[in-house]
Amino acid sequence: MRSVRALAAMAALSVLTVSTTTLADEGKQGGILRMYHRDSPANASIHEGATYSVNIPFMPVFNNLVIYKQDEPQNRMDDIVPELAESWAWVNDNKTLTFKLRQGVKWHDGKPFTSADVKCTFDMLMGKLQQKFRQNPRKAWYNEVNDISTNGDFEVSFNLKRPQPSLLALLASGYTPVYPCHVSPGDMRTHPIGTGPFKFVEFKANESIKLTRNPDYWKKSRPYLDGIEFTIIPNRSTAILAFVAGKFDMTFPTEVTIPLVKDVKSQAPSAICEIAPTNVSTNIIVNSSAPPFDNVDIRRAMALALDRKAFISIMFEGQGDIGGTMLPPPNGLWGLPKEMLETIPGYGPDVSANREEAKKLMQKAGYGPDKHLAVKVSTRNIPVYRDPAVILIDQLKSIYIDGELDVVETANWFPKVARKDYMIGLNLTGNAVDDPDQSFYENYSCGSERNYTNYCNKEIEKLFDVQSQETDAGKRKKLVWEIDKRLQEDVARPIIFHSRMGTCWQPYVKGVTIMTNSSYNGYRYEDLWLDK
Amino acid sequence: MFAYLVRRLFLMLVTLFGISVVIFFLLRIVPGNIVDILFAAAGYVDPADKANLEKELGIDQPLVMQYLHWIGGLLRGDFGYSYVSEKPALQEILPRIPITARLAGLALLFSASIGIPLGVISAVKQGTKLDYALRVVSLSGLSLPSFWLGLLILTASVAMFGQMPIFNPNPQTWLEAFATYAVPAAAVGFRSAALTMRITRSSMLEVLRQDYIRTARAKGASDAAVNYQHALKNAMLPVITVIGIEAAFLIGGLIVTETVFNIPGVARFLVEAIRWRDYPIVQNLVMFIAVVVVFANFTVDMLYAVFDPRIRFTD
Repeated sequence: MRSVRALAAMAALSVLTVSTTTLADEGKQGGILRMYHRDSPANASIHEGATYSVNIPFMPVFNNLVIYKQDEPQNRMDDIVPELAESWAWVNDNKTLTFKLRQGVKWHDGKPFTSADVKCTFDMLMGKLQQKFRQNPRKAWYNEVNDISTNGDFEVSFNLKRPQPSLLALLASGYTPVYPCHVSPGDMRTHPIGTGPFKFVEFKANESIKLTRNPDYWKKSRPYLDGIEFTIIPNRSTAILAFVAGKFDMTFPTEVTIPLVKDVKSQAPSAICEIAPTNVSTNIIVNSSAPPFDNVDIRRAMALALDRKAFISIMFEGQGDIGGTMLPPPNGLWGLPKEMLETIPGYGPDVSANREEAKKLMQKAGYGPDKHLAVKVSTRNIPVYRDPAVILIDQLKSIYIDGELDVVETANWFPKVARKDYMIGLNLTGNAVDDPDQSFYENYSCGSERNYTNYCNKEIEKLFDVQSQETDAGKRKKLVWEIDKRLQEDVARPIIFHSRMGTCWQPYVKGVTIMTNSSYNGYRYEDLWLDK
Repeated sequence: MFAYLVRRLFLMLVTLFGISVVIFFLLRIVPGNIVDILFAAAGYVDPADKANLEKELGIDQPLVMQYLHWIGGLLRGDFGYSYVSEKPALQEILPRIPITARLAGLALLFSASIGIPLGVISAVKQGTKLDYALRVVSLSGLSLPSFWLGLLILTASVAMFGQMPIFNPNPQTWLEAFATYAVPAAAVGFRSAALTMRITRSSMLEVLRQDYIRTARAKGASDAAVNYQHALKNAMLPVITVIGIEAAFLIGGLIVTETVFNIPGVARFLVEAIRWRDYPIVQNLVMFIAVVVVFANFTVDMLYAVFDPRIRFTD
């Protein structure tokens, strides 16, 4: 209860902070921010997307109930501030989260925003409305929500089956905008209507996305920019050259590789570049339902053979992070501390010793110098997948495993994984929110659609629920560490590394904040301005 | 001549029907469809959602029904909707055609206006230093892939001028408009120009050795008259054939050039549509390209008849 009171106090403080920062404005009004976009998103509907290719251009069109502070690099529970909500409170033994909503807010088409819009949005996300999203990739986020109730036009409550403090974190993600009730999901895919700082102008597939300033934005004096224009340039070389030539004010966020950051800095020394973790882990999915990886010794041997530092040196010039499921500290909030991590088999610093142990396990399973195990290492035909898969194959050789690369086109990758038509696969997992609930339930809970390996441990599943209900952050962290350690020991989905990527911008672009524990939540762009 | 025209037109229609069948079924043989890709991007599959989406898009129907639906629509002028953008396919395709047409036209113009004169010069000056220099240029044109040449041009532009000629939809000056199309057209047309130059050269050399050329010279005709009036006209048949084939082949070069120079034309759009398995866009676009190629060949056939009376009279 004490922590609930603390949360409420922090919420009140956040409201105060928002109003005081508004008074301390320094930004200049005007100008169009020109960015390139790495690809053409399938549509403009954030709720139907599962890639930040949708978040980045369309997050400025919307508002959430609450949001992570946009000028804080680290997403933290105590940095969540109200947006369409004015305040929130946990009541009913932490089983009800009630929001008081902001009044006088209008959708971009002039209609008023009310609690009905909030109810509509989340009812649709929970699949409770007749009208449905074409795709609903984050339906599982609301598994613990029983229903949404409204009290008048400006109060809405999330009634939970059990306490789940992290619901607030999920609601603060860039993936959780409030949609208007009066616009169909189909229209939201082609012409999104929001309450946000920028209005949608046009989306020409493979060409450009244009947003313009919302003059009626409820947050007075924001946004600074007159508009944002994204030019879609899938060719990375062309895009970087165009940035260097000054055609763009900013690169696509967290998309510039470490070697390319060096290139940019050498060709455009005045450019500002920042390298940050993306909270995307590169991991191995193991088909433990069929030989040879149904043998736990072989799975453990494989985990022991990994030289994680070598991956990071080759791919990121040393700039990456080693950790478990959760992003490691200091950028990650829940990651295993180094001393605990090094006690997990395969994470110890002596790679040769690890591999000797792995060889013994392989010999126990009947393999050795004269009898190698032949495996196919499947992965998507995209460089970020393919490159580590090649390194993995090389490392597995050291423990009598001869890997053969099996590259799979994107369209066939997921059906193949779902059919269990693979032995081991090289996979990437992005986390929208640095919170264990999102990561554990999505990737490791029994029956989850994104639990590709069908790893199912009822005992650990219970621990997922225990940590999820824990309101004391300190206690919860210890539980999370214990779970993460056991997931790694079980070789549920061996994590190889957590990547880092760069973002560059011209020196006259001000107010840029690159978030360090998620690349999905920091694109409202209302505080960004051009000092030209 | 009329019978020749009718026969060629009939052949053209049969070819287009065959192409429509091949396009349709080849596209379905490629594993995965738009629904697979959408769910792959989301990293999950909900079988019910998947089935609903397949039903909504009509890809749950038997293939023959889907084909008849497409062809029926084409004949009625209904090109369907893009699966990705959910806009009418025609609305997506039409604005991009002039962009690629301008680029292809300029590339062909570049190819012909550079390749033919240089080919003639190379033939007339056979064995001289100029001939050798031109042959080296043509060989390099054939050896350099257009995407590499494009990237080289972009890199050099940034390094030398701090600017780069990528696509500008609203050029403010004549120079910007020129840079928008001319540089990529030159990058993609360089290979065609080299090929045209070599064909023109060899064809000219063959013609220049004919008896009637010697006769023309004996009659006192000037070099220019011999080369351009007597020889070039007869050397043009293989050159026209090559330019016709190149017009069709150009689309392949334009895909990479449009990607490198970020030009929002149909070629790049086609690649994206294939990536998404956006059947209505791919089918209609490839069909459109097929129509253009078939018409280009038809035009070449007609030009044969114009340039070589034996063809029109024999047929």
